[in-house]
Amino acid sequence: MGLVGLLGFLVIWEVLPRTGIVNPTFLPPASAAIADLFRNFGLTAFWQAVGDTMWQWLLGMLIACIAATVLGFLIGSSTFLRRFTNSTIEFMRPVPSVALIPLAVLLFGVEIESALLLIVYASFWQVLIQVLYGVADVDNVAMNTARSYGLGPLARLRYVIFPTALPYLMTGVRLASAVALILAITAQLIIGNPGLGAEIAKAQSGGSYVAMYALILATGLLGVIINLVMRMIERKVLSWHSSVRTEVAT
Amino acid sequence: MSADAPLATPVNLTKAAGGSGTSRSAPPSSPAKKPPGAKRAWGAAKGLFFIAALPVILVLIWYISTAVGEKNFFVPTPALLVETFFETWTGDRITTDVIPSLTRLLFGIAGSIIIGIVGGLLIGSVRWLRALTEPTLEFFRAIPPTVLIPVLMLLIGIGDDMKVAVIISGALWPILLNTIEGVRSMDEVLADTTHTYGIKGFNRVRYLILPSAMPQIMAGIRQSLSIALILMVISEMFAASSGLGFTIVQFQRSFAIPEMWSGIVLLGIIGVIMSFIFQLIERNVLRWYHGLREIENAA
Repeated sequence: MGLVGLLGFLVIWEVLPRTGIVNPTFLPPASAAIADLFRNFGLTAFWQAVGDTMWQWLLGMLIACIAATVLGFLIGSSTFLRRFTNSTIEFMRPVPSVALIPLAVLLFGVEIESALLLIVYASFWQVLIQVLYGVADVDNVAMNTARSYGLGPLARLRYVIFPTALPYLMTGVRLASAVALILAITAQLIIGNPGLGAEIAKAQSGGSYVAMYALILATGLLGVIINLVMRMIERKVLSWHSSVRTEVAT
Repeated sequence: MSADAPLATPVNLTKAAGGSGTSRSAPPSSPAKKPPGAKRAWGAAKGLFFIAALPVILVLIWYISTAVGEKNFFVPTPALLVETFFETWTGDRITTDVIPSLTRLLFGIAGSIIIGIVGGLLIGSVRWLRALTEPTLEFFRAIPPTVLIPVLMLLIGIGDDMKVAVIISGALWPILLNTIEGVRSMDEVLADTTHTYGIKGFNRVRYLILPSAMPQIMAGIRQSLSIALILMVISEMFAASSGLGFTIVQFQRSFAIPEMWSGIVLLGIIGVIMSFIFQLIERNVLRWYHGLREIENAA
């Protein structure tokens, strides 16, 4: 059924330019774009661009996730710190990451750091907020039980707080992974860091519109794949958690 | 705090730390022997401290690191930034850049909310339509919205409608998919009851489907707002002769560093105001829902 829908969409895309409803120069038929996409699969330059994009994505995700997790646990486990930082976090979080583009350009130019600055800034908040909620969600009874059994702070962190916060953390990471990809591609598109986004900008300004559509399809595929992989990791990591267990049972 | 933590939206968090003098903001361990008036004042002072302390410290660090010692080319001092901010954004630029940008943003958000909710209700209530469109929609959601800017530039041109279309094309998906999800996860008993009472058509949408999907829809809108703001800026950076994104890039290219920073600050303020307005609206729209959750959690 879903395949039929996808096919239907492709057919519409094929028919619109072929019948001349939309100018075929600006919207080449689906078959041309897909053929070009498959041609890309055989090109080193294409994989180079994909590799660049994924490398920026991975590095940005790693930095953001580690920083946000450490800070999240630190801030979350102290009521004082949580209240102390709350206003600042709430103020910094809605600041759109793309506002930093000019700054990134000034500081780093087209080096990978400028993309990283945007990616890290955008995905950091996603993870941090989730970790904060997760740490706040710790069951008081479980915490007190652990305390009366003489578990030290580190053991409590490992066996009580961490398992409670892990589902939240994973949700944050999944959200951040999508945001990070968007920012990676955007940085390449606007700033010109090497990667798929830069290729799209090149194809567009060079007038090779078929290539542009093929690359856009590629970014979509990349997004789908990242989403699937993230869901898989989430399921693996949380296989013990009741939300995943009931899902399997039904 | 732990009781409503899963729902601990920024609304609750700000309320908890906001310390507007209500008893909610006073921590349970606060001294109980003081008279209520003094207690409230103490609570308010404490709340104020928690709101202002860290920002003040950060600004101090910023001030010390820029004003003391040699001048930093990339980072202006706080005083200079404030001065430039008012100089840059209070004159003609309000009408030539800020207002057009915000108008596009508003149209984009309104468009994606309307299309998203109407489309979502439709797709969500018709089973075969959902099965038919789901993978296609997932694919569209996965495409980073910014890559559609070149496409829409080709198809529509570089006018205002292109920017609105860009915003809609990116901000639509969270609302659409969340509405579908919300309609699907409707309470079975409620649905059956309405069916038994013969409530059909518009009334069914108005009194059953829309309310039960509302929490999800609001969550979608929240995501969409930040996407919309990002896309507004990006579309103006890409192709425009006016607007905030355009102006900020212009400042950066001409190395007008304090002006550039003031633009970044302005975008930040717009983002903060948007999320604030949204929280107000959400609190009103979902008042019944938060109340329900509180009762359920208390039980």
